[in-house]
Amino acid sequence: MTTLFTPDHEWLHIDGDVATIGITDYAQSQLGDVVFVELPKVGRTLKKAEAAAVVESVKAASDVYAPISGEVVEVNETITAEPALVNSDAAGKAWFFKIRIADKSELGGLMDEAAYKAHTA
Amino acid sequence: MLVRDDLTPLKRTPLHGLHVSLGAKMVPFAGYDMPVQFPAGVLREHLHTRSNAGLFDVSHMGQIALTAKSGRVADAAAALEALVPQDIVGLPRGRQRYAQFTNADGGILDDLMVANLGWYLFLVVNAACREADEAHLRAHLSDACVIEPLTDRALIALQGPKAEAVLAKFCAEAPAMRFMDAGPRKVTGIDCVVSRSGYTGEDGFEISVPADRAEELARALLADADVQPIGLGARDSLRLEAGLCLYGHDIDTTTTPLEAALEWSVQKIRRPGGARAGGFLGAEKILAHFADGAPRRRVGLRPEGRAPVREGASLFADETGALPVGKVTSGGFGPTLSAPVAMGYLPTALAAPDTRVFAEVRGQRMPLRLAATPFVKNTYKR
Repeated sequence: MTTLFTPDHEWLHIDGDVATIGITDYAQSQLGDVVFVELPKVGRTLKKAEAAAVVESVKAASDVYAPISGEVVEVNETITAEPALVNSDAAGKAWFFKIRIADKSELGGLMDEAAYKAHTA
Repeated sequence: MLVRDDLTPLKRTPLHGLHVSLGAKMVPFAGYDMPVQFPAGVLREHLHTRSNAGLFDVSHMGQIALTAKSGRVADAAAALEALVPQDIVGLPRGRQRYAQFTNADGGILDDLMVANLGWYLFLVVNAACREADEAHLRAHLSDACVIEPLTDRALIALQGPKAEAVLAKFCAEAPAMRFMDAGPRKVTGIDCVVSRSGYTGEDGFEISVPADRAEELARALLADADVQPIGLGARDSLRLEAGLCLYGHDIDTTTTPLEAALEWSVQKIRRPGGARAGGFLGAEKILAHFADGAPRRRVGLRPEGRAPVREGASLFADETGALPVGKVTSGGFGPTLSAPVAMGYLPTALAAPDTRVFAEVRGQRMPLRLAATPFVKNTYKR
């Protein structure tokens, strides 16, 4: 399984034609205490760069953009019930949604872990 | 509110070095480089203040001494009454009062605290308004008063249920103070001006301390296990839960004190029929609002869902109405309630408790219920 990153601080686990998407630990640390998460509906078709989810800390709301195009096949209702999980396990249990990848060529524009680390350094 | 010319270097409060050493995340605020949060984070800082004691650096706020040229504080009080709708003449020595500078249209130029320290009036004004307030005071009161910005003082707030016990260790007189008492007190031997007040809804104190002793005092207070440093993020969520206005957001030059639901702060003596009714800038409009009611009102709002409804969101009377009837002026998540809270303006006809209105958030109408403020009961020691 490959993990890729966007400049907007999202991670993608690629497993066949499905991508699991979340926000990075760096992103959660910048947001602060997450108090609300809104996820896309299963079945929705997202275009790359479209606002897909919302994550709100005590002070501010931030959009989570679709890093690639595709259909939402599963969402993680655990984090809507327990938004603080985004702070405690951003890279793991606090994944946001899974999409069926529409166009694998879009993955080519994403960063690997080393490139992302350089991006946040 | 971010008021900053990018070419101007940010100012630093006397506690700047302390904040940085404590690991604060610093942000520009009203021209100052200020801590928005410490490593604990906004949520923990907020809850710590509600359960223990939080220390806030509010040195960016303006401190002004208003002294009558006659030498009599009563003359300074009478002069100041031309600029605020509050009873300042009747403010006893050693007491503090919440006030607003109004303009000729009845709008609010700034909100402030006024304390009678016996030989002068001690004013605390908002950082972003400080220079305009000083100019306003000079333009109107220079004949009668000397206006002296106290630029060599820091301001430290200690807030929360443990504030009294903590401050008592450094200032034996602190526990005897009541809410809104204010006066000179020695704190760890330092000559300070202490008031029992704050901006969190909690019992607590604000300590005006000479700039060169501020860090020493802050470190002494922070050495207490019950005290944690608190940033501007939690200061905002605490004041929002307490239903307190933030200047430039919930009140400004377009809102009158009555529209802002601040009539409690206007004493009867300055209202219609009072012995010193009117006589302040904008009195015509403000007294008319007392007589006839204000056309709109600031209200507390509790979103029914989990999503915070933030500043700027339009308010609608129903789920489908095309025209907004008002807007949200402050909104966010209330950590004590573990629920979103907001404030905004609505036409007076809609400003009744339990009315249901809708806010537009990301293109969707979210229901909110009008609720009394404060959202979290205040714990002032009256």
